[in-house]
Amino acid sequence: MAAEMEPPPLGDAGQTDFREIEDGEGFFVSTVTILESPEPSSPDPPSMPAEGISTNGPKQEDISLDDDPEDLFAEATEEVSLDSPEREPILSDGPSPAITPVTPTAMLTPRMGLGTAEMFERSLDELEEDESGDTFDMHIAVSDPEKVGDGMNAYMGYKVTTKTSMTIFSKNETTVRRRFSDFLGLHSKLASRYLHIGYIVPPAPEKSIVGMTKVKVGKEDLSSAEFVEKRRSALERYLMRTVKHPILLKDPDVMMFLESSELPRAVSTQALSGAGILRMVNKAADAVNKMTIKMNESDAWFEEKHQQFENLDLQLRKLHASVECLVCHRKELSVNTASFAKSAAMLGNSEDHTALSRALSQLAEVEEKIDQLHQDQAYADFYLFSELLGDYVRLITAVKGVFDHRMKTWSKWQDTQLLLQKKREAESKLQFANKPDKLQQAQDEIKEEIEELEGKVQQGEKDFELISKTIRKEVSRFEKERVKDFKVVIIKYLESLVQTQQQLIKYWEAFLPEAKAIA
Amino acid sequence: MYLLWDSWCGVCFQKLANIDLQHTICTFLLYIYIFYITIMTSTIDDSDKEKALSVSVDLNNDTSLLIDIPDALCERDKVKFTVHTKTTLSSFQKPDFSVPRQHEDFIWLHDALVETEDYAGLIIPPAPPKPDFESPREKMHKLGEGEATMTKEEYTKMKQELEAEYLAVFKKTVQVHEVFLQRLSSHPVLSKDRNFQIFLEYDQDLSVRRKNAKETFGSFFKNMVKSADEVIISGIKEVDDFFEQEKTFLLDYSSKIKDSTARAEKMTRSHKNIADDYIHISSTLSSVSVDDNTALKKHFEKLSDLFEKLRKVEGRVASDQELKLTELLRYYMRDIQAAKDLLYRRARTLADYENSNKALGKARLKSKDVAAAEEQQQQCLQRFNKLSESGKRELTSFKGRRVVAFRKNLIEMAELEIKHAKNNMSLLQDCIELFKSS
Repeated sequence: MAAEMEPPPLGDAGQTDFREIEDGEGFFVSTVTILESPEPSSPDPPSMPAEGISTNGPKQEDISLDDDPEDLFAEATEEVSLDSPEREPILSDGPSPAITPVTPTAMLTPRMGLGTAEMFERSLDELEEDESGDTFDMHIAVSDPEKVGDGMNAYMGYKVTTKTSMTIFSKNETTVRRRFSDFLGLHSKLASRYLHIGYIVPPAPEKSIVGMTKVKVGKEDLSSAEFVEKRRSALERYLMRTVKHPILLKDPDVMMFLESSELPRAVSTQALSGAGILRMVNKAADAVNKMTIKMNESDAWFEEKHQQFENLDLQLRKLHASVECLVCHRKELSVNTASFAKSAAMLGNSEDHTALSRALSQLAEVEEKIDQLHQDQAYADFYLFSELLGDYVRLITAVKGVFDHRMKTWSKWQDTQLLLQKKREAESKLQFANKPDKLQQAQDEIKEEIEELEGKVQQGEKDFELISKTIRKEVSRFEKERVKDFKVVIIKYLESLVQTQQQLIKYWEAFLPEAKAIA
Repeated sequence: MYLLWDSWCGVCFQKLANIDLQHTICTFLLYIYIFYITIMTSTIDDSDKEKALSVSVDLNNDTSLLIDIPDALCERDKVKFTVHTKTTLSSFQKPDFSVPRQHEDFIWLHDALVETEDYAGLIIPPAPPKPDFESPREKMHKLGEGEATMTKEEYTKMKQELEAEYLAVFKKTVQVHEVFLQRLSSHPVLSKDRNFQIFLEYDQDLSVRRKNAKETFGSFFKNMVKSADEVIISGIKEVDDFFEQEKTFLLDYSSKIKDSTARAEKMTRSHKNIADDYIHISSTLSSVSVDDNTALKKHFEKLSDLFEKLRKVEGRVASDQELKLTELLRYYMRDIQAAKDLLYRRARTLADYENSNKALGKARLKSKDVAAAEEQQQQCLQRFNKLSESGKRELTSFKGRRVVAFRKNLIEMAELEIKHAKNNMSLLQDCIELFKSS
């Protein structure tokens, strides 16, 4: 069921251009909706709803806007219109530059009144029903790894090319150069902003000291070339996953990463920096906390999902290990076939029966071609199957992290509640105390504190509810992505296997007449 | 027959499942061989028999003496072959009889033939290699160690693979022993050898005739002397072009073919490893699919199925490659060694002849024992000529045999590879269809 876009015709401005929006599954992915006018005729940026709201409907529904009874933006005065099949998330470059991790409902409510909140609620429900039809039109390529600099300060620069027809980007095609620590920096910013409110932020590729040192030292051998290729491909997948996430796509840091030519150096990603050590300490603290928090799970869905992800994690790890074994053995097979080919060639040379000698040489050639085939297949095994599994193992760790954040939120809420309770007890004790002169002052103080805490408790509860909602959404989006991803990659992998077999048939069929020709 | 085997196997498995694996290995082997092999060979049909003979063609054409090994038993490390002879020759006491023989008996026969002076001019078929269960045994160890980390199904499948491998090794060793006897029986001269007849007929244990420790040591010593001799002899000038060529060719070829055999073995091993990996992948996929409740569930199931089928095909590819390529190379490696031995023997007689010439010359100078020396020289010359003649014949027919065998095997291997690749392709394409459509 597609979501209905609620395009508020604001005011009675005549020309609200509502283009027909086709849709299979429009849905509000984010917690807010955006309505925006792309037409030059209405140049006023919609400042009102602009903050941190976006609309997504990769394919938006056929809507005749006259149907829409809701007049949500009663306060707005601009013309707004919905745009076409592409997603049109907009961040206003104006007064409120960034999406801050404040709960959007809190932001919206004072501005937009109840209507938007309702819309927001509905949109979440719709989101859960919808399928994601992805016509999001963006393609990122990471290419041209080039070594910059020398010695231990050297690094690999990668070219990041973004091709898109989405209008949030200033150009259709942008090319920038980035280095690995830039990617890590981006990830750490996104993680600090979104992870604790429940968004699943794709993890960045891992650091590898051994690999990088080889590159730095300038070893131009096969393993360092493979390492660079592996990293390049991982970075590409990382960026694609990040931009596929509708919220993350609109993050200004992501945009800056993709578009601006110079990026401040992300030193905090270095392992030995102050920030690095802080991270490690935090990780340890988190691990301890996890063990001590015993959450009272009221929602069976979370319990179930948590268990599911645990199982999936285990299984995927096992599968990943088996596939890595397969890659290793196939590489071995390729090497052994090559060495056999050489020895068969020598055998053919020393054979004195001419026809047999020729056949043996042919056999050697066939085996050589086959060894190349095996090597290619090993690459496919690795880059398609094995890396997919590796990526998902890491993604599931991120998912588990998000579940943990929920637990933390809950625990914070509970703690605040406990504190409130204590204060209330203290208040009631005061009422029975025997110091009338100080009583009033103390009572006032405590009343203040209690009010504050009540507010905090409410906030905590809201936070918890929000994170739970967000996680539900995210998990369903994640599952959809997972299904798609796996399907696509597995089909590609199977096709690569088919290719290999086809080639094998070709080679052996070419050899057969040679063998038959032995007189 | 197979049903009997299956039910027995099932019983064995159940009995042995609770005992620890070490113990299981021995008893397992015992059971598996006693029952499987007695049944197995009787169910080999003609096409299999043909395959078995592929390393050396045109054997058993002469119906006057037909030999085969219909079954074999394996106890611990020893394999007992049943050698069955059907003959119309009057030199044998009965027209149809069987005897049990062990590997060592075959070695005795081979050595006896080699040591027979009269056969010096013939290529003696190479002795069959000792039955080698090392690699499956190693695998079984690994399987035992890894048992804890695998699911029950995975473990069962791996065990099946292992059984199949044991069986393959077993079949190979039976085949190789059979071929040895059949080459003897189809050779015009060797088939009439007295020792051969005893081997086929003597219905009691041949161990009395086998080498005791002293003799084994003696023969080891002889081998060493022989190698040293070979070096000396290779320096002797060859009088005949044909033999000169053959010598160069065989020396070169022999080292190359040894190399090829080793590498072919490695290649086959890698194929087998990949087939095993597919087992693990298949079973992990099926456990993933059990837990999954998205649309991927069915996909994982299908994928798991696919890998299971693929690994069977890969296994066949590996074993066919082994049989057609690796075995072929191995066999001819040994055969070429036998041909080299012939050359060596001939060179030895040439050396003897030259020595006798020198002795004659000396005797003439001293005018002493001239007649004896002349006699000696004549004998040496005769022997040399005889060896040269039969040697030439043997080597030419050897080449023909070799070319034919290579041709047959290479063709068969190419055809099998094509068949398996087509099989693989159709499995994969079906799976892709299923994926795309759902």
